[in-house]
Amino acid sequence: MNLVLIAEQTLNGLQFGILLFLLAAGLTLVFGIMDLVNLAHGSFYMMGAFLFATFYTLTGSFFLGIALGIPATLAVGVVTEVLALRPLYARNHLDQVLATFGLILFFNQLVQVIWPLDGMSVPMPAYLDGAVRIGFGIEYPVYRIMIIGSGLAVAAGLYFLVQRTRLGMVIRAGASNRTMVGALGVDIKLLFTLVFGLGAVLAGFAGMLMTPILSATSGMGEQILILAFVVIVIGGIGSIRGAFIAAIITGLIDTLGRSFLDVLLLAVLPANAAEAAGPALSSMLIYILMVAVLFFRPQGLFPPKVR
Amino acid sequence: MRRTEFLRPIFLYRAFVLATCAFMPVLAPLVGEPYWTDIFLRIMIWAIAAVSLDLILGFGGMISFGHAMFIGLGGYTVGILAYYEIFNGFIQWPLAVLISGAVAAVIGAVCLRTRGIYFIMITLAFGQMIYFLGVSAEEYGSDDGLIIEARSEFAISVGDASWALDLGDPMVFYYLVFIILVVVLGIVQRIVNSRFGMVIRGVKSNQGRMAALGFDPFRYKLVCFIIAGMICGLAGALMANGEKYISPDMMHWTKSGELIFMVVLGGMATVFGPVTGALVFLFLSEILSNITQNWHLIFGPFLVLVVLFARRGIDGLFARNTKER
Repeated sequence: MNLVLIAEQTLNGLQFGILLFLLAAGLTLVFGIMDLVNLAHGSFYMMGAFLFATFYTLTGSFFLGIALGIPATLAVGVVTEVLALRPLYARNHLDQVLATFGLILFFNQLVQVIWPLDGMSVPMPAYLDGAVRIGFGIEYPVYRIMIIGSGLAVAAGLYFLVQRTRLGMVIRAGASNRTMVGALGVDIKLLFTLVFGLGAVLAGFAGMLMTPILSATSGMGEQILILAFVVIVIGGIGSIRGAFIAAIITGLIDTLGRSFLDVLLLAVLPANAAEAAGPALSSMLIYILMVAVLFFRPQGLFPPKVR
Repeated sequence: MRRTEFLRPIFLYRAFVLATCAFMPVLAPLVGEPYWTDIFLRIMIWAIAAVSLDLILGFGGMISFGHAMFIGLGGYTVGILAYYEIFNGFIQWPLAVLISGAVAAVIGAVCLRTRGIYFIMITLAFGQMIYFLGVSAEEYGSDDGLIIEARSEFAISVGDASWALDLGDPMVFYYLVFIILVVVLGIVQRIVNSRFGMVIRGVKSNQGRMAALGFDPFRYKLVCFIIAGMICGLAGALMANGEKYISPDMMHWTKSGELIFMVVLGGMATVFGPVTGALVFLFLSEILSNITQNWHLIFGPFLVLVVLFARRGIDGLFARNTKER
């Protein structure tokens, strides 16, 4: 274990955390404002990835792929909201969990029908390939730096939107008291659709960023969706700031745990016990974190103030 | 109970379903579809698991999104013991139930401190933990799972007299599962109508009021959670025996989702509803997957429609009022 490796893995953790934030932001907004548990949020991550891969392959341009993929994902999100989710707002969480579970099955299969091959992979654009020296003898892939940069930019933009604009004010008001916002003359239906579309686009964008690294596959949304749920529960449901901090923490703990936990365990356990426990414990680490947070702070670390 | 009670649609319907289960091994070959027996075997095992979930979800109002972990725990107990060549069912099955109950006690003690959406999420998190435990158990096959060489052995010998139950015989195993299903239904029926069950249902509708009456909701819910875990662990042991195979897939979080769906489809807070749910769910997936490989394309929206329009579940359609549940 050397410092360069630790620094690299920390950057990887940061990148993963930012990716998680892109998913968690939409999830926490949708939950905070509409009180909707949307299991199908990961499906937008997947749809974004596939749509981007398709447009990228058609046009041959990475940025055109993203530019076309975003409105396409938005359309998928809005159609889903209008057709399937609107009747669910008034229902209890159990109904929402079940119905959106059905949507997951639908989307996973839909992807297999439309893109019948075993997933879609796209090449890394040449100008984003390769690595750069970022000091202290660390070389880091350009593409991952790009993910961190664009993720931070989106986070900043989201912060500006929510904290500094009129729309953001309405969104925050909606999170505190939905009925009152409606009574004040805000078209709450339109607001819901807008916020939902925004969440879908953020999730889709995260999927697009990951496609050159992981390739788009059916069912890719679920694993990361559960992690995004962990993030919003740790951060406090409805809080974007909480989601950001929790996403970074989760990303770091997960990544660092997977790379260094077995080394740490070796220091305290005999070799064969450490080897057996290492992989199990490192994949359970963030769930243990979530359970601990919920145990001591049942509302999460940064619960939004609700009146 | 008046004599005509037994002629009400709900009783006739339930008797019909159980009779179908009982006679399927005879009926299926007659109709020329012998594999129906296998489907019904799976239906009955899943029904046991779904009934146990209904105990906490339907009657207790605890929406657990990690219930499949107990299937995994029960299954892995049988599988791992068989791996070390311990095939004795008198060891395997009680241990499967006990381990599930012990884990349920620990997990329940933590989870039941939270409520609402947090309870859904924390049970999901625990389910994931157990799932990854299975995935990372290299000794027991990780993702690929384990093949179980032989079904559990039940043999007693006292002096010269010996008695054995040969689960290797499909008929014997089928009817053992059938009997267990009926017994589980009977036990759950007794539980929900007992004083304990009344407290659980009371806590579901108003926890504060039950606390004010002097009941400790946490303890009642925890005991209920443990009972459900134990029954589901037994279902897991049966599943491992039925498939002669275990893998982390049996406790994947989608399985927990499917269990919830069976309960809701059949009718929450009805003892028999989950059986209907398991029946319809597994039959539908069998039929749809025979029609098209892409059956989730139909099944997904069907799920949404059930949630939107059939809230009382199928069993609820037969019952004229809530008393009949």
